[in-house]
Amino acid sequence: MTATRLRLRYTKLGKVRFLGHRDLARGLERALRRADVPVARTGGFSPRAKIAFGLALPTGAESTAELLDLDLVEGAAVDLDRLPDDLSAALPPGVDVVAVTPVPPGDGSLQHTVTSSEWEVALPSADPLDLTAGVERALAASTLQYRVTRKGVQADADLRPALLSLAVLLPVMIGDAARLHLELASAAGTGGRTVRPSEVVSALWPHLGAGRVRRIAQWIDCDGERREPLPLPPTIALALHAPARAPLSRSPHVGTEHTIGAGRGHPPGRRASEPAGAAGG
Amino acid sequence: MGRGSIWEDVERLLDRVQKPARYIGLEDGAAAPEHHPDKVAWLLTYPDTYEVGLPNAGLQILAEILNERDDAVAERCYAPWVDLEAELRRAGVPLFSIETTRPAGDFDILAFNLAAELTYTNVLSCVDLAGVPVRTADRAGHDPLVLIGGHCSFNPEPLALHVDAAVLGDGEEVVGEITEVIGAWKRAGQPGGRRGAHRALAAVPGVYVPSLYRVAADGRVVPDDPAAPAVVEKRTIVDLAAWPYPKRQLVPLTEVVHDRLNVEVFRGCTRGCRFCQAGMITRPVRERPAAQVSQMVTEGLARTGHDEVTLTSLSTADYSGIEEVVGAITCNDVAVSLPSLRVDAFTVGLAANVAGARRTGLTFAPEGGTWRMRKVINKLIREEDLYTAVDAAFSQGWRRLKLYFLIGLPTERDEDVLGIVELGRRCAEIGRRHTRGASVTVSVGGFVPKPHTPFQWFGQDTAAELQRKVNLLRTAARSAKGVQLKWHDPTATTIEGLMSRGDRTLGPVLEAVWRAGGTFQEWTEHFELGRWLEACRDCGVDLEAMVHRDRPRSEPLPWAHLSAGLHEDFLWQDWEDAIAEATLEDCRWTPCYDCGACTGYGVEHVVASVTPPAGGSQGTGQDLATGDVVPVLLGPTRTAASFGTGR
Repeated sequence: MTATRLRLRYTKLGKVRFLGHRDLARGLERALRRADVPVARTGGFSPRAKIAFGLALPTGAESTAELLDLDLVEGAAVDLDRLPDDLSAALPPGVDVVAVTPVPPGDGSLQHTVTSSEWEVALPSADPLDLTAGVERALAASTLQYRVTRKGVQADADLRPALLSLAVLLPVMIGDAARLHLELASAAGTGGRTVRPSEVVSALWPHLGAGRVRRIAQWIDCDGERREPLPLPPTIALALHAPARAPLSRSPHVGTEHTIGAGRGHPPGRRASEPAGAAGG
Repeated sequence: MGRGSIWEDVERLLDRVQKPARYIGLEDGAAAPEHHPDKVAWLLTYPDTYEVGLPNAGLQILAEILNERDDAVAERCYAPWVDLEAELRRAGVPLFSIETTRPAGDFDILAFNLAAELTYTNVLSCVDLAGVPVRTADRAGHDPLVLIGGHCSFNPEPLALHVDAAVLGDGEEVVGEITEVIGAWKRAGQPGGRRGAHRALAAVPGVYVPSLYRVAADGRVVPDDPAAPAVVEKRTIVDLAAWPYPKRQLVPLTEVVHDRLNVEVFRGCTRGCRFCQAGMITRPVRERPAAQVSQMVTEGLARTGHDEVTLTSLSTADYSGIEEVVGAITCNDVAVSLPSLRVDAFTVGLAANVAGARRTGLTFAPEGGTWRMRKVINKLIREEDLYTAVDAAFSQGWRRLKLYFLIGLPTERDEDVLGIVELGRRCAEIGRRHTRGASVTVSVGGFVPKPHTPFQWFGQDTAAELQRKVNLLRTAARSAKGVQLKWHDPTATTIEGLMSRGDRTLGPVLEAVWRAGGTFQEWTEHFELGRWLEACRDCGVDLEAMVHRDRPRSEPLPWAHLSAGLHEDFLWQDWEDAIAEATLEDCRWTPCYDCGACTGYGVEHVVASVTPPAGGSQGTGQDLATGDVVPVLLGPTRTAASFGTGR
C-alpha cells in the first residue's frame, strides 16, 4: 500500500528571507516533529524524514508560494484542518503554512513537475520609464546574455529561453516602488539551469541593486494545461497579496496569461482575461 | 538615547554578506524585550561568530534572568563576520542587537562573555563598531559600560585598559546586583560621572574595576581608590537547583555548534586535573537534583523539538544517579550525549545505552601519553582502564575513536610525547579485533598554563619546541596503523599563552593587532603570528619572559589581586606535588585537603551520592600502583619493545 502523501504550501516573508534553503528545511523538519505530525522515515543506518522540498528559493528572496511534499507513516491519521496552524506555531515568524492537501498517488515530484515560477521584484531606486524600456528591449530580443559565476567559474548564459513573461507593475501610491513581474521556466521546464529573477534584473539593469524578490506562484504546465500544484485558499490570498497593479506590458510569446493573485478577483490558477493596457508586440 | 530599531539600515547590507541569517535572530525562545529609559539595558555579546556564540549557555542564562527582572532588559549580540564589519563601516551603520536590531551604543552595558583568549581583539572590534571609544579612559558619560565575564576574566589584565569592569565567577546573582547599582546611578543622574559608576560597581562583590587599581613597581596590582578592595573574590551560587536556566533554550534557525538541547547537571569539578582552569575556578561541585534534570530534559525536548540532549558538566559520568537520569530519557526516541566521558567500562556501557543506533564516534581524553605524565597532571587514567574501555567501545559497535592529548606539559620528556602515538596505536589494534575499519584519531593540543591553577608558574613551551614535538608525533604516527594524527597550530598556542598570563602592558599590543586587521584570531585563516610579534616588539613586550619563563613563587602574578577561592599555598603545594609525580584524590568522596574553595566562601559540595560512582574515579578506589600496567591481552609489540629508547 502506498503511504499517504501530503503537499504543504507555506510563506517566507520578512526577516526570515535571509534564511537559506537548507536551514529552513531543517526548521520545517523540526516543526513537524514538534507538531507531532507522523512523518514516515527512511530505513537504514541513519533514518531521515521522508520530506521532498520543492524548487529552492534563493536566500534573500521572499515567497508566498513555497511547497513541500511529505509522506505520512502508513495508516496514520492527521487533522488537515488543524495542521497549518499547528505547524505555523512551531515555525519562525514569517514562515506560515497556508494550505495543505493530500497528493494523489502517481503524481510526480515537485522537482520534476513544476515548470515555472512567477515572481515580483520591487525596485525602489528604479525609474519606471527605464524599466519599461528594458522590458521592451528584452521581449524584442531573441537572446539575453548574462555572465554567471558559479563556484568561481565564469560562463555566459542566455536567460531569454527561460523568460516566459516580463512586465512592469507601476506604483499606485506615491512612495511605492516600481515592480517587475516575471515568470521564469524552471529546470524541469527548460531542461537547462534555473534562472534567478535577480539575474534577469542584473542583465537588463546592471546599475540597479538586487531589488526585493518575491515568488508568488509556482506552475505546472502539462500538455497545454496549466495549474498550481497547490493554490492559495482565496481568503489567505486576499490577506497576502497587495492590491494588484495594472501590468504595463506582457510578453507576446507566452502561450498562457494568468492572474498574479486572487486580489484582482480571480481564483489563482485560472486563466484571466487579457489585462487592460497590455502591450502587444 | 533610543533611536530604536535600525533594521532597515542593516537589511540593505545583508544582501551583500555571507550567511545573513546570522544577524536576523528569530530563534525560538528569544525574548522580545521592551526597552524603557528607567531600565538598565544589557547587550550580552559573544565576541565570535553567531554559530560559535549562540549555544553559549552563559549568555542565554543571563539574558533570561535579566529579562525576568522589572528593572532590566537584555538582548544578544555576536561579532559580525569580516564581510559585514566592512559593510557596516562603509555604510556608517553601528553594531546592533540581534533581537530588535538596536544600536549597541544605545545600551547601558556591553557585556562580553570571554571563553577564549584569541577573541580579545574581537572585543575591541565590537566596542569600536558600537561607536564607543575602545579605552575606558576615553569614554564619556553617555557611553555604555564595557563589562567582561567568563573564565578569561580571572585574568583580565590584558584588557584592563579597555573594560570598565570584569566579573568573576557565577553570573546568576551578580547581574542583578550590577543592574541595581547601575540603575540607581543612572536614575540619580549619573552622580560622580563614570568614576561614580566605577565606584558603585567596585562595591559589588565579584566585580573588579581595573581603573581603580594601579600597577606597583614590583608588578603587583594594588588599589588606587578607597572604593577598591585589595582582593576581589569570585561569586559562587550555592544551590544550582535555585537556577533552573535556561528555561527556554534558544532554537536557532541555522546550524550552530552543539545543535541540541543542553541541560547542565552540575557545576564545578574536583577531580583535580592540574592543567584544567575550569576545574580549579568553578569549585565546589554543585549538582542539580535528578528530578529537576529530568524535568528540564522533558520540557526542553518537548518545547524545542530537538531529538538529542547533552547533559553538560565538566565530567558528566560523575553525576550521582546518572544511570537513572539517562535511563528515563532513553525510553523515547531521543539520543543523549555525554561530553567529557570518563575512561572506564562503566562509562562506555552508559554511552552504549544512550547512543542507541547512532554510534558515530566516541571521545576520551587521557591528556598524557604515559602514566608518569598523567600522574604529573593528576589525570589518573590507568592504561588498563583505557584499554578495557576501548575494547568495550569497539565491541559495542563503535568504529571511530577520538583521543585528546596535550603536549608541552611540565616535566614532559620525549618518551611521554611518543607515548601518545603508542596509546593510539594500541587502541587501534584493539579496535581491529572487532572491526576492520577501526580508526583512532589522536588530537594533540599545545598546553597553555592558566591562572589560578597549579601550573600557573610553569614556563610554556615555545612554538619551536611544540613544533619539534609535533614532528616527533608525525614521524611516529606514520608507522602506527589506523592512527590519524591532528594537531593545533603551535604559534596560535603561543599567543593564547601571552593573553592567558599576560599583564596590563598587553593592552597596546591588542590594539595594534586589532588595528592591523587582526580579528577572528580563533580562525586559522585569520590568525597571523607576524602581526603579534611585530606588535609585541613595537610595544616593548618581552614574549619570552611573559610566556616561556618559569616564574618563581616570589614573583607577584598579574592576577594575584583576584581570587577564585584557592589558597596560594594549596596551588604551590600541588605544583610541587606535580613535579614529584604525587597524585591527589577527588575530594568529593575523600577528606578535604583545604584548597580554599569551600571554606573561604562558606559553601560546600552538593553531591547526592556519598560514594564514588561505579568504575572508580580519579584515583578514588583505584590501585594507582598499577597505572602503567598494560594488560596481558596486548602482549609485547615491536614498537613497544623499542619504546624505552625514545630519549
